[in-house]
Amino acid sequence: MRFVVRRMGLFFLTLWAALTINFLIPRLMPGNEATAMLSHFKGVNPSALHALEVEFGVNNDQNLLVSYVQYLGNCLTGQFGLDSARVPVMTVILRGLPWTLGLVGVTTVIAFSIGTLLGIVSAWRRGGALDSLLSPLLFILTTFPVFFIALLLLFIFGVVLGWFPLSSNYSVGETPSLSVAFVLDVIGHAILPGVTLVVTAAGGWIYTMRNNMVSTLSEDYVRMARAKGLSPWRIMLDYSARNAILPNLTGFAMQLGFILGGSILVEYTFSYPGLGYLFFTGTTNHDLPLQEALFLFYTLAVLLCVLVADFATAWLDPRTRDA
Amino acid sequence: MASPQVFLPGAETQAADQGYRDAVGRLSRAVLRNRKATIGLLLLAIIVLVAAFPGLIAPGDPQAAIYEQQLGPSWSHLLGTTQVGQDVFTQLIWGTRLTLIITVSVGALCTLISVLVGVTAAYVGGVVDGSLSLLTDIFLIIPTLPLLIVLSTYLEGSGTVAIIAVLVVTGWAFGARQLRAQGLSLRTRDFLEAARVRGERRPYIILVEILPNMLSLVVASFLGSAVYTVATAAGLQFLGLGSSNEITWGTMLHFAQQNGAIESGNAFWALAPGAAVALLGTAFALLNYAFDEIANPALRSVRRQRAKSDS
Repeated sequence: MRFVVRRMGLFFLTLWAALTINFLIPRLMPGNEATAMLSHFKGVNPSALHALEVEFGVNNDQNLLVSYVQYLGNCLTGQFGLDSARVPVMTVILRGLPWTLGLVGVTTVIAFSIGTLLGIVSAWRRGGALDSLLSPLLFILTTFPVFFIALLLLFIFGVVLGWFPLSSNYSVGETPSLSVAFVLDVIGHAILPGVTLVVTAAGGWIYTMRNNMVSTLSEDYVRMARAKGLSPWRIMLDYSARNAILPNLTGFAMQLGFILGGSILVEYTFSYPGLGYLFFTGTTNHDLPLQEALFLFYTLAVLLCVLVADFATAWLDPRTRDA
Repeated sequence: MASPQVFLPGAETQAADQGYRDAVGRLSRAVLRNRKATIGLLLLAIIVLVAAFPGLIAPGDPQAAIYEQQLGPSWSHLLGTTQVGQDVFTQLIWGTRLTLIITVSVGALCTLISVLVGVTAAYVGGVVDGSLSLLTDIFLIIPTLPLLIVLSTYLEGSGTVAIIAVLVVTGWAFGARQLRAQGLSLRTRDFLEAARVRGERRPYIILVEILPNMLSLVVASFLGSAVYTVATAAGLQFLGLGSSNEITWGTMLHFAQQNGAIESGNAFWALAPGAAVALLGTAFALLNYAFDEIANPALRSVRRQRAKSDS
């Protein structure tokens, strides 16, 4: 029970901190949303500036506390204001959400499975063919920036070999439907961005899983299992891997923040119209209400995953419950 | 028995010097014996030299738009030219300097904050530890790149200092957590107890007794932040944030991407600065891995351990 309270406490505290940071940034920085957006255009008309300020609710003569409460209320009800094209930010985000959710969700599951599996095998046959092949490869994958891998894949498989489309989420002229042709088209467009994310995300999981396995393999209970003459498969999966996977679950949250960050760069590279691409267009249009709402969305996503991972760890490993 | 010791002015700093000198000596010997560390240092040295003397390799103004636009690679333009007719190779060489300056200053500042927060939390304990740890956890969970993007959109046009500032704000937490953990494990050691019994002041204990024992972790924390900074700063500039009128590898990437360099047969314009970012990241990461191995012998590769036990 104490565990649940502590975890929920961190969840709400972090959420509150993110909301407050979001509230404070415009107020601590020089100018406000309206001036920032208008600084992009030349010859600012004072009445236009005032109109924008009223629209964004950045009225300077309002009490800070009042506007803070108002802001929290607006966030809870999903009212994030309008973007530069006068469309409610929420509508814009909901349009991009499914694409990012699909891309990041599927690739995370694939990367986690592949990473964990390779980590298990490489630690089990430590110093073997896979392990020695994997370690330099792993090094490259975890060190090379996400966008460089994206650009490389785009160049090799998109331009030189021409196997996959260069950008966007489905071909121009296709209408979204559930037909086989359309689904295949969507998958074809998602492969390069997806592979980039899998490749960069799996590295971290292989690395931690391998190192955890190496240490659980030297535990006494593994020696005991060997002495009892259990089958190697059973020792590898039920004894060693089962214990080694726990820290990987806890690290899930930090990895997710990393993957979400990577997905912004990947979506930009492949012009994939999800939330990450919106982030970029928000940058060029100085669309601060949009960006702040996106920041909250990403934070909420990570927080929810941290919570789920924490409870899963507690469920799987009783030792962590008193921590 | 021992006569009451007389502390001369300067004795403290002498003791500190001795402690650091021992630690530095041990570290540098370990670095030279490690192959990853040697390669990493070599790569870094080359990059530093290029950053220091770009004019020797690529004479000419990297900003001068005096050539034909969007040329492919040729002998006169090794990596082609940009959309306004600048030489990409010259930009790559001259961009090294600012890229390196940003990386090193963010790494150093992040480490400074990590040390301050981590060691204070571990040593002072209690409510201070509780609140500092909470702050660290919050900054660890909040996704970095989205926060960075929001911050830098506000600071658009304020240049290199602003980019360094936002990267430090978002990058210190990981190191702080590691340093706190190490600090906690040191806290109960006998030599610290002895220092406390001797009646040493807190700053003395932290600077002379604790920090030398954490030096390898402090260095590792710097290297880790540097690896983070190389990729994150470039990613941010790739998206078009940070001042785009100054040349770094990240801003080169941005203009290449905006002009469809990859698709339009000028791929090196984007791939070369990308590879340069990867190379700088690799140099720091090699050093970082090497430090991990030095600090944690269990991670050393099996082959070498076998070779050692055979001989």
